[in-house]
Amino acid sequence: MKPAKFEYRAPRELEEALSILAEVGDEGKVLAGGQSLVPSMNFRLARPAVLVDINGIGGIDSVTSSSDHLVIGTLARHVRFERPVTDGPLGHLLALAARKVGHRPIRIRGTFGGSLAHADPAAEWCMIATLLDATMVASSVRGQREITASNFFKTVFSTALEPDELLTEARLPLLNPAAKIGFVEFSRRAGDFAIVAASSVLDVEGGRISTARIALGSVGGTPLRSPAAEAVLQGNVPSGELFAEAGEAAAGDVEPMGDIHGSPEYRRDLVRVLTRRSLQASTEH
Amino acid sequence: MRLLGRSIPRVEDPPLITGRGRFVADITMAGELHMRIVRSPVAHARITHIDVEAALELPGVVAIWTGRDTAEIPPIDFRQEGLTDLYPYRQPILAEREVRYVGEPLAAVFARDPYAAEDAADLVFVDFDELDVVVDPRADPAPFDEDSDTEAALVNVSYGDVEAAFAAAHRRVTVEVSVGRHTGVPMETRGALAVREHHGRIVMYGAAKVPHYNRQAIALMLGLGIDDVVLREGHVGGGFGVRGELYPEDVLVCLAALRLNAPVKWIEDRKEHLVATNHSRDQVHVIEAAVDADGFITAVRDEFWLDQGAYVRSHAATVPNLTAAMLPGPYVIPAYECRGHIRLTNKTPAGTYRAPGRYEGTFARERLLDAVAAELGEDPIVTRRRNLIAHEDMPFARPIRALGTEMEYDSGDYPSILEKTLAYVDDKGLCAELDERRASEEWVGLGFAFFVEKSGLGPYEGARIDVDDDGGIRVVTGAASMGQGVETAIAQVCGDVLDVSVDGIRVVHGQTDEIDYGLGAFASRVTVMTGTATQMAARALLVKAREAAAHLLEADPADIGMVAGNLEVVGAPERRVSLAEVARSLDPSGAKRTGMVPTLSAEAWFTTEHMTYPYGVHAALVRVDEWTGGVEILRYVVAYDIGKAVNPMLVRGQIVGGAAQGLGGALLEEFVYSDDGQPLATSFMDYLLPTVTEMPPVDVLLLEDAPTPLNPMGVKGAGEGGTTAFGAAVAAAIDDALDAPGAVTRLPVSPERLRKVICNIQRSPREKGER
Repeated sequence: MKPAKFEYRAPRELEEALSILAEVGDEGKVLAGGQSLVPSMNFRLARPAVLVDINGIGGIDSVTSSSDHLVIGTLARHVRFERPVTDGPLGHLLALAARKVGHRPIRIRGTFGGSLAHADPAAEWCMIATLLDATMVASSVRGQREITASNFFKTVFSTALEPDELLTEARLPLLNPAAKIGFVEFSRRAGDFAIVAASSVLDVEGGRISTARIALGSVGGTPLRSPAAEAVLQGNVPSGELFAEAGEAAAGDVEPMGDIHGSPEYRRDLVRVLTRRSLQASTEH
Repeated sequence: MRLLGRSIPRVEDPPLITGRGRFVADITMAGELHMRIVRSPVAHARITHIDVEAALELPGVVAIWTGRDTAEIPPIDFRQEGLTDLYPYRQPILAEREVRYVGEPLAAVFARDPYAAEDAADLVFVDFDELDVVVDPRADPAPFDEDSDTEAALVNVSYGDVEAAFAAAHRRVTVEVSVGRHTGVPMETRGALAVREHHGRIVMYGAAKVPHYNRQAIALMLGLGIDDVVLREGHVGGGFGVRGELYPEDVLVCLAALRLNAPVKWIEDRKEHLVATNHSRDQVHVIEAAVDADGFITAVRDEFWLDQGAYVRSHAATVPNLTAAMLPGPYVIPAYECRGHIRLTNKTPAGTYRAPGRYEGTFARERLLDAVAAELGEDPIVTRRRNLIAHEDMPFARPIRALGTEMEYDSGDYPSILEKTLAYVDDKGLCAELDERRASEEWVGLGFAFFVEKSGLGPYEGARIDVDDDGGIRVVTGAASMGQGVETAIAQVCGDVLDVSVDGIRVVHGQTDEIDYGLGAFASRVTVMTGTATQMAARALLVKAREAAAHLLEADPADIGMVAGNLEVVGAPERRVSLAEVARSLDPSGAKRTGMVPTLSAEAWFTTEHMTYPYGVHAALVRVDEWTGGVEILRYVVAYDIGKAVNPMLVRGQIVGGAAQGLGGALLEEFVYSDDGQPLATSFMDYLLPTVTEMPPVDVLLLEDAPTPLNPMGVKGAGEGGTTAFGAAVAAAIDDALDAPGAVTRLPVSPERLRKVICNIQRSPREKGER
């Protein structure tokens, strides 16, 4: 479990990092928190020829709010979100999710941007980005571009980022102050990747659900929204029965893969209950 | 100063908690080479060609060996002698023609640094002809080699007229249950560093558990004299049965140190550990009870299959023998028959792990007792009470041999510990919590399991105590320490006799050049065997010290007592000499004057033909999430009678730590294999060890009601009882939570498996509402 040989570069400026990435292309890999990359290298599953350590670059770990977005710098560590970073339901949602990210040592080191770029379909931040249809900002020597979550996650460990691009920030839309948020996971141990995770945001107007968002983690190559479950909820009065119906619809929306911790059938079963529980929890806050 | 029975802090902790521990990986020698093992990526194949050319060209690579280079080294033998039937199944140190499991060593790379060694190992190319893979231990036996098949042996244990009992049975109850493949995963992985010292001796650091036996085995394999090999044990980060056995890598580093004439170091990495170090458990039992009209179990018949993996390693048939011998446990069971199939498969070989054979056998037996209770429509406690061996029947002999000893439960009061446990569980609030949670419609259950352990395996152990001229006391033992507190316990025994504090006592263990004999640390034997030998040696030393003091004080030895480290005339404390003064008086000149043998030292050997049998009860309070199948253990109780606790704090630590490992096997840990023999749990992401979050609070009821008559302190071993009945108790508790007797038939209880069970059982009305 010693990594294969690699060259280590530690730029101090963003421009320098981007030019290194442009120079090394496919051969390079960005090191942020290293909580997934370093174990992969030790297992020799990842063998980057050049490791570009961005931890020495200043100013890319900020978390700021604009009028309609929360802007998260790529190096913001998970631990930062354990307490709400912004007032209202978004900060609360992020705090619920943050506490499920690995164990505390992982949260102290691991980064928001690193998790998105790694694109594990079980990762909390990837699911949140999908739930809120976050905007990812990719920077390169060629300039900057914005990529929405639905276009960003391609499949397991694969994103729309080009080899010369660095994910520099993520923009999450602020939520309606009265939005009802839910986030639940099921795993065999605390801190493990979820076997299935579910999250939801509901806006309720005049006693009826005006908008519904449901996202699921660990049920496919990327986190998924459940249009069927959202359609079930839309325009209806929140209730246990309605949430159960949404759970059924969500279960019908997914084609999960299996592994030793859960077969496809079991994961589908969990989608049913966790979707319902996420919605239920959101209305109990 | 009475030290026995006191919870004094561990003397071994200061270096460990201040970063001054010396584990094998901490030892570095000038000019050392690093060994990296090339392991088979396939489960079963003939090796057709190994290409090491590219690897040899890497800078820093010194040598690469394949099976051809070690063909003259015999396979690794069994610690028990004479098991010739199992000889064909022994593992070579490097596979030469055939590989039999993923992870089997097939080449060894030696390089100047560990990175180069790993790079080179990646460049060793092996061509295979793949062969049929066996992953199911219950499949029909297949050929193993030309002369033998995959049923390595059949373990048979029986007594009484089982046929007649079943013929006359009022009811028969059968269950099929299994315990998955899991094992001890110490924090420190294995490791070894071998160096050829002046005079040509090979010294291997990194020994553990059984250094003396391994010294002899390595010497024999390498064609050396026993005295040409020295094994040294440093700090060891956990053993649990798996660490310290003789593995291919230990022999390879010694051989390499000889051949390459340089220190050779090998540190196992975690990925290797999970496929290279002994696996354990993995038994399927079909077990049947004959029950008479009074609900008394008149006979038990058990057939089980052990998935031994690809080879029979150093333990030979120890695990299945223990399963068979210990399965009847605390119950009378007048007739018993057990047939255990040792089956070879294409998986990592299996060996002992804390409570070997008993975790599995206890699960099978206690599941059977629960099934009998369900059949009789009664509380499982009632069934147990009726079948327990009575206090007045102790000692209780079963016509069974276990580990070469006649099985006789030496002492115990089984009915009493059951009642005490029930009262304790209530007292600790488990019953109240059960009721409260039930009232709020949670799926909770309380389960119990009884177990009998064995400990203190002989046949011998020794201790030598030396007092230096400063009065420093050194106890040299043949014991081994995996971190369980050997130094503290032995120092307490010694200090108790000599009336000195443990701070002045240094305990030596695991050094084969310090004492000629030592059987090591396994089978919960160190406190019983080495402890007793230490007490005997300390008493002999005291006799000598009093005699020497008598000369100094011009008194009669019978009038001299030992008080706070000094020897004084009883009734005249002003007439006293220190232990140091006594030791100095025994220098060669002084001893000549008094006609005594020089040096203040004494040696004693304790021998025994019988084991001691501690026993206890586990109780679990669990909560089941019926929608996910998730299980949470809310509370846990272990009641354990170990005769006499030398240090109750250490005993409690052993029990709680053992319980954590029992939990792992019950709910989380499993080496899963694909149909083609690929291991699927090869990192800590997939091999799920319990963490602090999964551990419930454990309440320990430590009892000393039944000291053993087999040693003067009355002690029984305490190392394994926290583990033994964990799976059985959790299974009973889950059944209770589901109100579905017999729901749990397999460990670990995975949420998916449990969810299926829940979906299949009759739905109760409380389930329908939103939870």
